[in-house]
Amino acid sequence: MISLSFLYLLLGLLLLWIALLSLFDRTLPNRFAAAAFWGCYALVFLIGDYLPHSLVGLMVVLMALLAGSGALKASAHNALSPKRLQHSVQRLGSWVFLPPLLIPLLTVFGVLVLGEMKGDGWTLLDPKNLTLVSLGLACLISLPVVCVLTREKPQQAGIEAKRLMEAMGWAVLLPQLLATLGLLFNEAGVGTAVAALSETYLAVNERWVAVAAYCIGMALFTVIMGNAFAAFPVITAGIGIPLLVMQQGANPAVMAAIGMFSGYCGTLMTPMAANFNIVPAALLELKDPHLVIKMQLPTALLLLAANIVLLYLLAF
Amino acid sequence: MLTDVTQTAIVNYWPLCGVALVILGFVLRFNPVLVVLVAGIGTGLAALMPLSQILSELGEGFLKTRTLPLILLLPLAIIGLAERHGLKQQAQAFIARRQTTSVAKFLTLYLAVREGTAALGLTSLGGHPQMVRPLVAPMSEAIAEQRWQNIPDLMRQKVRAMAAATDNIGLFFGEDIFVAFGAIVLMHTFLRESGIETDPLHIALWGIPTALCAFAIHALRLHQFDRQLRQLQHAAVTTASQSDTQAQTDPLSSSATGVKP
Repeated sequence: MISLSFLYLLLGLLLLWIALLSLFDRTLPNRFAAAAFWGCYALVFLIGDYLPHSLVGLMVVLMALLAGSGALKASAHNALSPKRLQHSVQRLGSWVFLPPLLIPLLTVFGVLVLGEMKGDGWTLLDPKNLTLVSLGLACLISLPVVCVLTREKPQQAGIEAKRLMEAMGWAVLLPQLLATLGLLFNEAGVGTAVAALSETYLAVNERWVAVAAYCIGMALFTVIMGNAFAAFPVITAGIGIPLLVMQQGANPAVMAAIGMFSGYCGTLMTPMAANFNIVPAALLELKDPHLVIKMQLPTALLLLAANIVLLYLLAF
Repeated sequence: MLTDVTQTAIVNYWPLCGVALVILGFVLRFNPVLVVLVAGIGTGLAALMPLSQILSELGEGFLKTRTLPLILLLPLAIIGLAERHGLKQQAQAFIARRQTTSVAKFLTLYLAVREGTAALGLTSLGGHPQMVRPLVAPMSEAIAEQRWQNIPDLMRQKVRAMAAATDNIGLFFGEDIFVAFGAIVLMHTFLRESGIETDPLHIALWGIPTALCAFAIHALRLHQFDRQLRQLQHAAVTTASQSDTQAQTDPLSSSATGVKP
């Protein structure tokens, strides 16, 4: 059975290779810090399951400190010369879209076809993580395709992966760290506290009040924090699970999907999400730094209202 | 354990400090990674966990959420290599080839392309530095210019801002219906740890109604925006003699078309 641990091994090797590339890259500023970061990340994937949890926790702290203090800088990148790029663009045409499009197509194929391949006591793909395993296999199949199309060696694909990861900088770590924080919040009882507050101050016996409270709570919290990922664990543990799922019997998949989208409505309305709302105003040389938000505001509010209606209609 | 909140008389509110720390940290614009780290440790301390337990909770949580970087990082090698060989140039050529007659039609087309490709996981095809500044904003402006001469400055600014807004909306409400997007895995992992089993594919599918609503609402607003532009233009024409000189020397239209992505 192909399971997640196979993919962890794969990504662990890729990260280890990036760590080594960084270590021996003399042009890279703070190459030792960068190598330590990627090395720790590689170890989490390669042998994380065999390490004591507190040691992994220590590595997480180290990685967060390295990433947060700006240790991840972009190294010098040798792009294709304009002439070779032009040649590639003309030779490949729209075929260049094929490998990236293969990833979602093969993922769906994996879920629908390979997921059904099973017999007595065996399955080809891990049924509990079917989608993720399919995605991993899709990437694995797309890699030789893109190499053949572009006439590059697989090593170059690794170098390109390193370039994109370095371009993300600390943002590489943020989603996983936020998810970890969400689990820690749960463990520490943050959700219980929010649930107690919302039960005390909201007339939650009404179904539509609970639905509206969840959607508006997601949007509002995202406006404050500038990030829907950070709002999701708090509002879902505090309002979503106790009120909508437990009390009203909502479908959790619908609740999560529409709840996250309500959070995105918040992202459209907040200067806290600077990357999306403030940076473009500067890039486009707008006199009013909030003009992008002002243009987004009506869409965001209308869509939030639509989300409340959709959640009310679809989740029960 | 979450259900009988009302029965248990004493609820510890101190862990909410963690939420306050996150808010404070984000508002004061510290590095988000450091904010999250401090908030995590702070929350643990507020819940009276010993430091060793906080560390092991952090480690355990990090191991459980390893699926997130998996889906984020594995496709990068393929996308990176395609980018090296002109993925973005092809996308730009595709947008530039379309001939549209109004700002609303052009931006609606861009919204459809952006949302559609994001739904297939190709989130890096758009973006403000790569697509909006060099291409979408100047093209929208050019279309407006073709229709009406002497566009007032406010109108130009609004057209550009709308181009950026359209990119954001297409991205946000497209990417979440792709099964392998981080948000889906985050929701799946969080619900699983809360004792609720869901299928990532279902979460993605239930995002489709909102994604369609987002497209419809924003397309409608773009249509209205066109009308608004016409009114602005009308107002400008009536007071044209004073205010049309500065609009012609605009920084973006002259410089941005030459910017390499």
